[in-house]
Amino acid sequence: MDKVVFDIKNLSFSFTKKKILNSLSLKIYEHDFLSVIGPNGSGKTTLLKCLIGINTPPQKTVLFNNIPIEQLNRKELAQQISYVPQISEHLFSFTVKEFLYLARYPHLSRFTSTTANDKKEVETALELTSTKHLANRELNTLSGGERQMIFIAAAIAQGGKIILLDEPTTFLDPKHEEDIYKILIKIHSQLNKTIVVVTHNINNAILFSNKIAVIKEGKLFYYGSADTIVQEKTLENVYEKKFTFITHPDNNKKIVLPEVIKQ
Amino acid sequence: MTKKTIIILFTLGSIGIVLFAPFFGMEKISLNTILQFNPNNVQNNIFWRIRVPRVLIAFIAGSALAIGGMVFQAMFRNYLATPFTLGVSSGAAFGAALYIKTGLLFSLFGIDGQTFFAFFGALLSIFFVYVLSMLKKGLSVGIMLLAGVAINFFFSGFILFIQFISDFTHSFQIIRWLMGGFEIIGYNDIYNILPFTVIGTIIIIFLSTELNLLTLGEDIAISRGVNLLKTKRILFFATSLMISGVISIVGPIGFVGMMVPHISRLVLNSSDHRNLVFFNIVFGGAFLVFCDTLSRTLIAPAEIPVGVITALLGGPFFIWLLINNKTQNNTL
Repeated sequence: MDKVVFDIKNLSFSFTKKKILNSLSLKIYEHDFLSVIGPNGSGKTTLLKCLIGINTPPQKTVLFNNIPIEQLNRKELAQQISYVPQISEHLFSFTVKEFLYLARYPHLSRFTSTTANDKKEVETALELTSTKHLANRELNTLSGGERQMIFIAAAIAQGGKIILLDEPTTFLDPKHEEDIYKILIKIHSQLNKTIVVVTHNINNAILFSNKIAVIKEGKLFYYGSADTIVQEKTLENVYEKKFTFITHPDNNKKIVLPEVIKQ
Repeated sequence: MTKKTIIILFTLGSIGIVLFAPFFGMEKISLNTILQFNPNNVQNNIFWRIRVPRVLIAFIAGSALAIGGMVFQAMFRNYLATPFTLGVSSGAAFGAALYIKTGLLFSLFGIDGQTFFAFFGALLSIFFVYVLSMLKKGLSVGIMLLAGVAINFFFSGFILFIQFISDFTHSFQIIRWLMGGFEIIGYNDIYNILPFTVIGTIIIIFLSTELNLLTLGEDIAISRGVNLLKTKRILFFATSLMISGVISIVGPIGFVGMMVPHISRLVLNSSDHRNLVFFNIVFGGAFLVFCDTLSRTLIAPAEIPVGVITALLGGPFFIWLLINNKTQNNTL
């Protein structure tokens, strides 16, 4: 049995009066590639933000390596967990290199500048994501796909064993989407990283991850392997719509077909 | 011109302005006279006792206002968010107006009562801004700016009321203070604000990497390991000290805090605060020295209040920059 990295116990979380997460329990194991899916507003992003302390979860509801995250120092947490937020329209006047060095922040001490090790980690991240040619470009001159790749490079440079991604491919074309997943699969299998991806793309979840968690109305609705989710009526019940499946000729996995809308 | 040459030109220009500024004025002063340090020589005294402290305080004030603006712009990720637009100057002005109206005359530790009142007025409005920005749900920058406008109107209302019930002399004194200026500056004033500005600046220099992460957004900053609450508190504290101290002595000088950090960012073409801090110190200081030199020479022997100069110079220049800025980084 793999080691549990995140143990989420009866986590409830509200914004003002609206309850977003409603006593959700979930275990995330080391080396998992977990996809988190669910309808809009079901609490996926909120959950992700609870895991890294952007949202402050109630005490002892989120354990990281068996320690409640509120007891962990922010820098220690950031050394182990990287986070790729949803693509924002916000532009920054940083070069790619500057941006990647900022990702090394949790490893810096107040009175020293960047070390040879920081340089090595940044170079490795650029190499892994094949973005060396972008190193001196301004972030705000990059295309959406390039920018997302740089954010993933930053997550790698940050050095954590766990990478949380919030809809990393939502606004990307099929080619860039595939590129992003290729990198994620590579760092998952070669660098043994634990990957947690929030996504709306059910097929990506089925094809690329080994576990799927479905969240509905702030609760864990389904948790299991990618193969079993298509066997029952799970998706129908979650999204309250009909689903048609087809078998992918390359690996015989059942994937979702878009519905034809009759006039 | 390469980026490097532009930066070097700006820096050399700034240093030049500060070095030459004391030589400009009604009285022509030669280098020879001032190097004799003859205390009985009128020109020598004008130079060392009036012009040099004035240039120094203009430099300190300009730097502090620029860094204060830079910090707020980074924290709120919007270049409209400066201590001024968020209502700090009007708080200070309210304090100063109150002091003038009450006719109190006191001083503490050699610091003038008006300075104290302005200082606490400024602190009061920064505290408002702080409380608003720390509300549990967190207000958007747009709402914060609106709140700043509201705070400005609120204090302006108070000031107008105080003026309305004041006699002519008091009323004129209040208006004159609102225009900002360096007329009656001595070394004492420098000693008064130097501790505030030096401590504030050092704190901000140490937090420049955190400022970089804050410009990326609070979520990213937290996920990279920044202790957001603590960092923001320290930054608020440092800026309040600096800005309140400076405004209380030289009056609310508009535009420097918004314009200088923005120009700095355009010149360096970077959001890296580790470099921006130093550029803001040098350029912000020199900019205000330049404006003050204009203010005391343009219609000499009379003086134009420096706040008038910064606004008249800054407004059009700022708009020109915005229109000409091809990169379109309207955000930080």
